[in-house]
Amino acid sequence: MTYISTLFPAYAEIFLLIMVSIILILDVLIPGYTRTMTYLLVQVSLLGCSLITVATHEMGVAHLFNNMFVDDLMSDVLKLLTYLSVSMMLVYSRSYLITRGLFTGEFLSLVLLSTLGMMVMISASNFVTLYMGLEILALCLYAMVALQRDSATATESAMKYFILGAMASGFLLYGMSMIYGATGSLDIQTISNVIAHGTPNVELLVFGLAFLVAGLAFKLGAVPFHMWVPDVYHGAPTAMTMFIGSAPKLAAFAFLMRILVETLQPMMIHWAGMLMVLAVLSMAVGNITAIAQTNLKRMFAYSTIAHMGFMLIGVLSGSIEGYGAAMFYAVVYVLMSLGGFAMIMLLSREGFEADSINDFKGLNQRSPWLAFMMMLLMFSMAGVPPTVGFYAKFSVLNAAVQAGHIPLVVMAVLFSLIGAFYYLRIVKLMYFDAPESHEKIYVQPDSALLISINGLAVLALGILPGALMSVCAVAVQQSLLLH
Amino acid sequence: MIFGYPLLSVAIWLPIIFGLLVLATGNDRNAPLARIIALVGAVLGLLVTIPLYTGFDRMTSAMQFVEMKDWIRHFNIHYHLGVDGISMLFILLNSFFTVIVVVAGWTVIEKRVAQYMAAFLVMSGLINGVFASLDAMLFYVMWEAMLIPMFLIIGVWGGPNRVYAAVKFFLYTLLGSLLMLVAFLYLYLHSGGSFEILDYHQLPIPLDAQILIFIAFFFAFAVKVPMFPVHTWLPDAHVEAPTGGSVVLAAIMLKVGAYGFIRFSMPIAPDASHELAGFMIALSLIAVVYIGLVALTQADMKKLVAYSSISHMGFVTLGFFIFNAYGMEGALLQMISHGFVAGALFLCIGVMYDRVHSRQIVDYGGVVNTMPVFAAFFMLFAMANSGLPGTSGFVGEFMVIMGAVKVNFWYAFAAASTLVFGAAYTLWMYKRVVFGAVANDHVKHLHDIGAREIVVLSLLAISVLVMGLYPLPLSEIMHASVNDLLVHLARSKI
Repeated sequence: MTYISTLFPAYAEIFLLIMVSIILILDVLIPGYTRTMTYLLVQVSLLGCSLITVATHEMGVAHLFNNMFVDDLMSDVLKLLTYLSVSMMLVYSRSYLITRGLFTGEFLSLVLLSTLGMMVMISASNFVTLYMGLEILALCLYAMVALQRDSATATESAMKYFILGAMASGFLLYGMSMIYGATGSLDIQTISNVIAHGTPNVELLVFGLAFLVAGLAFKLGAVPFHMWVPDVYHGAPTAMTMFIGSAPKLAAFAFLMRILVETLQPMMIHWAGMLMVLAVLSMAVGNITAIAQTNLKRMFAYSTIAHMGFMLIGVLSGSIEGYGAAMFYAVVYVLMSLGGFAMIMLLSREGFEADSINDFKGLNQRSPWLAFMMMLLMFSMAGVPPTVGFYAKFSVLNAAVQAGHIPLVVMAVLFSLIGAFYYLRIVKLMYFDAPESHEKIYVQPDSALLISINGLAVLALGILPGALMSVCAVAVQQSLLLH
Repeated sequence: MIFGYPLLSVAIWLPIIFGLLVLATGNDRNAPLARIIALVGAVLGLLVTIPLYTGFDRMTSAMQFVEMKDWIRHFNIHYHLGVDGISMLFILLNSFFTVIVVVAGWTVIEKRVAQYMAAFLVMSGLINGVFASLDAMLFYVMWEAMLIPMFLIIGVWGGPNRVYAAVKFFLYTLLGSLLMLVAFLYLYLHSGGSFEILDYHQLPIPLDAQILIFIAFFFAFAVKVPMFPVHTWLPDAHVEAPTGGSVVLAAIMLKVGAYGFIRFSMPIAPDASHELAGFMIALSLIAVVYIGLVALTQADMKKLVAYSSISHMGFVTLGFFIFNAYGMEGALLQMISHGFVAGALFLCIGVMYDRVHSRQIVDYGGVVNTMPVFAAFFMLFAMANSGLPGTSGFVGEFMVIMGAVKVNFWYAFAAASTLVFGAAYTLWMYKRVVFGAVANDHVKHLHDIGAREIVVLSLLAISVLVMGLYPLPLSEIMHASVNDLLVHLARSKI
């Protein structure tokens, strides 16, 4: 009993694992096409996880399993946001998946398992745990993309995703082994101590670091390791795209923080330069290529690349301010991305995907409210106040200015101007053009409510961004200072 | 809070709330209701700003009606409002024009009425926010946010080439704003974590940084003014915008840019302003002379007035950068006067466009025969646009020329050429459109303006005349602030 009570920082993960197992078994026994029961159980599990995370929260940092696992404020906040975004994604995608026959027990348990993977990533404090979390997440995602077996594009993109993802994992492992070779440890704190106070082989470290950064860039989808992003985003069923494009970005941010900041902070001079190249290239390629896209999912894919570039600016600023800003950016990005993909799914119906930008033509005449929500999301992605996207960009740029990267900031600003063009184009299509079809848009009440909350949240957080900003800043600050 | 309520907050939020109410009336079945709510909102919005004028202390240059609350504590950003003798007048002007625009669009706008009215009301609130903000970030948010309604107004209700114009308008102004944001971030860092505009005024900054800051602000404000050579969005936007959009664009939006120069560029970077004054004066004079000539050749009435606006705004920037009281006050009066005159001219063109659906000068001729009352109003505004003494157009131009003579005779000479060109393009257009024999069937079947249009044009006509004959009440208000600004500009901040 006493041993179990010492495990309390990991109760949420344990609970989720148990729930996944129960759901896997129960689902076989429950009949029915719409999986309502399983769906509710999944939502309850996520709710349970949030309650446990809140209940087991305590100030300070707790380590577990021989320092393999860490529970700090940043991990708690990121986990709560992960549950939230997974849960939102399920609400949005339910009717979309039901019409396509993909709303199965397998899908739901894969979602929960990948959530578990993300939680492990977020709380990892050892390279092995980090890698394990990442692989749990990645394997689930490969399977989810491939879930639509009879679709050639989905299978193709799953294949691409798997091969490139495996390669990225290889890079990461290779990098980790180099670091292990240089420092003799896989433990984050030990490594950071050895680098700071010992005399490790710097060449080996930098070599390892380069591989780690390449692997991370693969996972984030930063240029020049971005090739899989558009294909996977485009090919996968929209619900899966939404999943890939939302919560895992939070986990990826945690991954970045744990490896680069908590472990390799003394090497900042090296990785900041690498990230700068990635950031500039991502913003350039992402924003410019997005202009040429006529498929909305592809456009969002390139926009994600650009957004990740922006987030990297926060990290490479190398200050607590900057990490907080990057976290804020990641959170805001997830919120916008959920809304954007949700809109594609809301407009789709059986046999029609609504993923061409022309499908948004004249939306204001078909449904003024949905058009308004989409407009808020688009302006937010473009970073126009008074939406929250502006503050995300603002806080990142502020951190970069403080770090003295003025030319980088000017470049970021110019690229976001280019980016504004394609978001504006969506607004233009919705408001200025005549609709191509007058098919009635039928939206499930729960999705309708959620998209309204989502859209208005983008506006409300834009008018009063202080609270969320402070939460991110404090979370990062606590985690870094107490380690 | 002399009047028991936070005046400036009300001036900002009341139109926005009414805008949302209008939006809530839904589709065009409820159009009459939407119009009425919009009018009530606009009139109330004007009424609540009147205490700003009556309660204004003319003796001080300090900020008045100040409100200050924490907004985003993490970045030390405040909800800080206040007005001085310069910004207060523009809030009045803006609220006045909101009423005009709502009335002018009363029957003309038939599709998506609620959205149209809502966009104008929301924009009106945001523009009041721009003029009242004393916190740089608050200013920036308001400044950017007002692009969104204008973008929609041009794009949804505009002419055939509206999409091109709307996107061009948005991207041009966004480019400038983003560079301004970088400047704010630099100032935030340099001032040790403050976004207070008034702190920036006192902050010592080395010359090279001042020049960079000035350039960043220049992009933001010059695009809005618009100054030569970044003016090309304006004719497109004007031509494609609906009448109301053109009126607000000419009367208010352009002033926002000029206001930026005197609230940000000049006091924050005074040494750079002196350093670059020659450049600014050169651009202003090019605008006055060259754009004046361009206006002469226009075949489209709206384009003509748009180019005339650029030319007149050249006077404003010229007045700022000659650094004396005549120039500065003249420029400010010119801004207000141009608001009335250009707004009125766009309304006049709108009146004709509603009837004939053409803006081309060649499609008209002899309008005076069928619309005598209208022709009289149009005459007055055309005269004011060419700077006839006794109209508001004269006062500002004359003062700026007076100020320019003190600095350099040739500046004044070039600027004064506008009295010739301005008269030439305006009156020549007036002659071709209004006088002569009835040119075609369209003109023959014109009916004169109705009561609603007479009310709108009379209000503007009275403003133009009163301001032309007795500008003292206006200059009195700005006097203390202008003097203070000039003293501030004379001190080096390096």
